[in-house]
Amino acid sequence: MAFDKNNYAPGTHPDLPPPPGTVGVVGWLKNNLFSSLSNSILTLLSMYLLYLLIEGGLSWFVVDAVVNANDKPGCRKIADGACWAVIVKRFDQFIYGFYPLAERWRIDVSFFLLFVAAAPLLYPDIKFRKYMLVFSCLYPFIAFILIKGGLFNLLMIETNLFGGAMLTVIIGVTSIACSLPLGILLALGRQSRLKLVKVISVCFIEFMRGVPLITLLFVASTMLNYFLPPGTNFNLLIRVIIMMTFFSAAYIAEVIRGGIQAIPKGQYEAADAIGLTYWQTTRFITLPQALKISIPGIVNTFIGLYKDTTLVVIIGLLDPLGIGRAALADTKWNGLSTETYLFVAVIFFISCFAMSRYSLWLEKKLSTDHN
Amino acid sequence: MNSKNKNYVIKINEMHKWFGSFHVLKNINLEVGQGERIVICGPSGSGKSTLIRCINRLEVHQEGHISVNGIELSGDLKNLEAIRSDVGMVFQSFNLFPHLSVLENCTLAPIWVRKMPKKDAEELAMEYLERVKIPEQAKKFPGQLSGGQQQRVAIARALCMKPKIMLFDEPTSALDPEMIKEVLDTMIELAETGMTMLVVTHEMGFAKKVADRVIFMDEGEIIEQNTPKLFFTKPTNDRTKLFLSQILNH
Repeated sequence: MAFDKNNYAPGTHPDLPPPPGTVGVVGWLKNNLFSSLSNSILTLLSMYLLYLLIEGGLSWFVVDAVVNANDKPGCRKIADGACWAVIVKRFDQFIYGFYPLAERWRIDVSFFLLFVAAAPLLYPDIKFRKYMLVFSCLYPFIAFILIKGGLFNLLMIETNLFGGAMLTVIIGVTSIACSLPLGILLALGRQSRLKLVKVISVCFIEFMRGVPLITLLFVASTMLNYFLPPGTNFNLLIRVIIMMTFFSAAYIAEVIRGGIQAIPKGQYEAADAIGLTYWQTTRFITLPQALKISIPGIVNTFIGLYKDTTLVVIIGLLDPLGIGRAALADTKWNGLSTETYLFVAVIFFISCFAMSRYSLWLEKKLSTDHN
Repeated sequence: MNSKNKNYVIKINEMHKWFGSFHVLKNINLEVGQGERIVICGPSGSGKSTLIRCINRLEVHQEGHISVNGIELSGDLKNLEAIRSDVGMVFQSFNLFPHLSVLENCTLAPIWVRKMPKKDAEELAMEYLERVKIPEQAKKFPGQLSGGQQQRVAIARALCMKPKIMLFDEPTSALDPEMIKEVLDTMIELAETGMTMLVVTHEMGFAKKVADRVIFMDEGEIIEQNTPKLFFTKPTNDRTKLFLSQILNH
């Protein structure tokens, strides 16, 4: 043998390439899809099933689907697949609810500005972050005035006209944005050495977690009136947002408490030893680490909250699900529940999937281990 | 005892501490002079770590008095903050902040406790990182460093507060033998600058080389204290003799 890799003098062994077929595309296929006879059979079987699914699905979804028709019989006359016409005809309603047609640009502008406002919060490395954060702080007021109107010659729009995806985004984003800080405070409160703060936090968290969200929404929609002085008209949408915020804040608090408890005691000792105060320790040591650990749990709660916004249907607010049900109740579109619910599912999936991907990205970015 | 004696930076007077009903420190009397280097040794569970943790009030003593730089340790938060910013501490498990870079670990307290401008704090931190010989690691995170490097960062972090006293709680016990030396060398250099140091350690070589005084503790009491030379050659107490025979003969 001209070359023997076991024949180097001690201390002179070079780094050799791995055996062929263990890395690259071939290596990947071998390791992941065809690592044994049974796995190869399973791979082929799954591929066949996937083929059947896509082939059948495609024809219903796309090939035989109808986009342009005025009612269900109209759809059926053209083809047998999905009747997307119900979505197309009511698309505006799915997005804007009953918001006046001429004012819908206000929703579009607010939605666009939402991304501008969220960018510096979500991406810490962004350019001009300081200036953008100022805008983020102003955004809630700008959005409120834009959407609700009543100022600067903007027509006042009643909140009972709000509906569709826009309502979901308003409730979801506001509750998420408010419940994170509230949840953090509750988590800290629960760990506090101040007895009163602790008791209040524990009671709040346990009560909110112990009650179904629907009950809270009913309380918001009906019972709250009994507790408020007669004649006060407290907007239903705001009541719902407050209840949703409280509800998810209780969950967030527990998730973050888990994160706080995962921080080794030595971190606090080190912070004490260099002379940091309680709030400095909380800000620079406890929260950055606890929040990082809790990202999966926090985003989990947020996704849950976002989907729970569909429960507002029960108290008469028309989110996409409510709009869908209204469409189905229309005799023209009777029986197109598959199309309608699929579309509603897609609306929610897009937002929830985005949140999920963002959290993965953030986890990776904040990782400070060996890399 | 004269509490106005300026030469003493730490005075501990008839101090007792309990963990629950366990009497962990018994009648501790100790005075540490400016620039004095003290090594505290003893079997595990003897209370030596607890003793130095009482000095910056990571542990609260229940009876007796401790004063640091003439300030009495009590529940008063203002006093506590003043003492903690003057007393640096290095831990067995480093306790660096894993989410902050090495540089940020060092500048955090100068910026927020000493209210130093960020730029000055960074210059100061680089100066100390150079002194512990790892300025090139400043941008890395603690998790990317070896144990010895982490402990040297921890020393630099404590020094950035320009403390008058440094406490070391078994600084080399969690390190591989190869890394113990680099940390001890850093500590020896620090000792040569005249820093007041209290070191809990089992490194008797360090004690012989650097210490002005060696204190032996057992079961919560200071059993014996002496200069290293006399401590190692002529221990008087039987427990000290037993301890020394166990750690020196292997």
